[in-house]
Amino acid sequence: MMRLPEMCPDTVCAMPGKPPTYRTATVLIMWRTGMRARVLLAMFLGAIHVSGALAASEARNALPLYIHLPGGKFRSVLPPDGKSSLAMVSPYELRALPVTNGEFFKFVETHPQWRRDQVASVFADTAYLAHWSSTLQVDDALALQPVTNVSWFAAEAYCESEGARLPTWHEWEMAAAADETRRDARSDPAWRERILGWYAQPGGHDLAAVGLTPKNAWGVYDMHGLVWEWVEDFSGMMISADSREQGDPDILKFCGSGALSTKDNENYAILMRIAMMSSLTAPQSTRNLGFRCARDDKGHSQ
Amino acid sequence: MSIKSEVGVASKYITIWLFATMLALAGTTSHATDAALPGDSIYQLDVLLTDQDGREQHLPALRGQVRIVSMFYASCPYVCPLTISTLQRIEKGLTPPQRANLSVVLFTLDPERDTSEVLKTLAREHNLDETRWRLEHTDSLAVRKLAGVLGIQYRQLENRDFNHSSVLILLDADGRVLARSTQMGDPDPEFITAVLKALT
Repeated sequence: MMRLPEMCPDTVCAMPGKPPTYRTATVLIMWRTGMRARVLLAMFLGAIHVSGALAASEARNALPLYIHLPGGKFRSVLPPDGKSSLAMVSPYELRALPVTNGEFFKFVETHPQWRRDQVASVFADTAYLAHWSSTLQVDDALALQPVTNVSWFAAEAYCESEGARLPTWHEWEMAAAADETRRDARSDPAWRERILGWYAQPGGHDLAAVGLTPKNAWGVYDMHGLVWEWVEDFSGMMISADSREQGDPDILKFCGSGALSTKDNENYAILMRIAMMSSLTAPQSTRNLGFRCARDDKGHSQ
Repeated sequence: MSIKSEVGVASKYITIWLFATMLALAGTTSHATDAALPGDSIYQLDVLLTDQDGREQHLPALRGQVRIVSMFYASCPYVCPLTISTLQRIEKGLTPPQRANLSVVLFTLDPERDTSEVLKTLAREHNLDETRWRLEHTDSLAVRKLAGVLGIQYRQLENRDFNHSSVLILLDADGRVLARSTQMGDPDPEFITAVLKALT
């Protein structure tokens, strides 16, 4: 039977008091040998029948799922004053990986009001979980992929079931500013190009399993390159910083300079996220939009 | 036992069975009309509200009356007073019986500052008919959820102002959205038509 720690790269799997198994260690060596090895690993995992994937997601529940981030002052593309001020982010914890289909399936089992055939339409549109062939099971490969086709309401409900919440935009943006070595790589044009390259890839293909992109400097995976992610304050991000001046309170200024910091307007990858999320309503869902959860810091440091 | 009496016993059982079936059917019918909330009703959302008099109730308790709802915040200098005056203009165009059947509920975007006391002061300042106008506050996560079911966008700024879409939303008695209007000042005639239709 496939055990999840083999899927799950180093720190996420580093369970105190439980040394990695031989197979885990092998995979970790493969993991560290670079991208080609990871591609091979992905192919290997895709090729075999991953029996017991749901049991594996149970195993994952025992792992430290959340990564501590210290917060602090942060230059956001959405300055709190609508102009240039720094965002103040309190210490928080963020899920190392996006929520998977397997995890969401277990949630739906215990919270039947979120089943595809039972959810109230005010909370989820008809695309909700549309990629699941059945309301009663998800296949093993799908179980390891990030869940998508989930509404904001469903994502929030899942996080609440985990004693958590959706991250705020600033929390998400701070964690996503890092590359593999730097906590803030945003000024590096090469890094921007790399992220932008992912957006340029055609959609429509199957999503990869979670945890296969390189870990970033915070220890968080898949912030770029896998799916887009809901944030708590997704709506209203594009509202002009001072719509009252326009005389029309309902003007939504898409890509308006009032709403977004002009200092960072070359960060197209981030701006695209904002534009995409702002175009959604809370019951809507799309095939490439998933989520991860966050929670307030419980007082311990890294 | 004669054939006749056997038929009599059988028919008695059939009568009892029919009666029981009718009762059961009547039971399910009344259950369907009383309890089943439409899936697209905003009252599917269960959040705890507190009004300007400090009275607590859950959102689904608002079911049963035609309402115009909106979101605002009390310290908003320009748009929110305009929202209230637009609602008052809509009400002026109604007959007293129509007005009596219409309720207005305003949810604050700023639950930290807009306590029941602040909302009460606001209601008095604007001479709101508090038998029909409820100003409700809740917690910040519930605000986000309310905005979600109402399709209202907002963003809190550093100076504790909120940018938000100003919209009036007409709900039927079951909490389904009948009409929306972003026109402030002179009420949108189409919205007024929808209000009149909902009240007849």
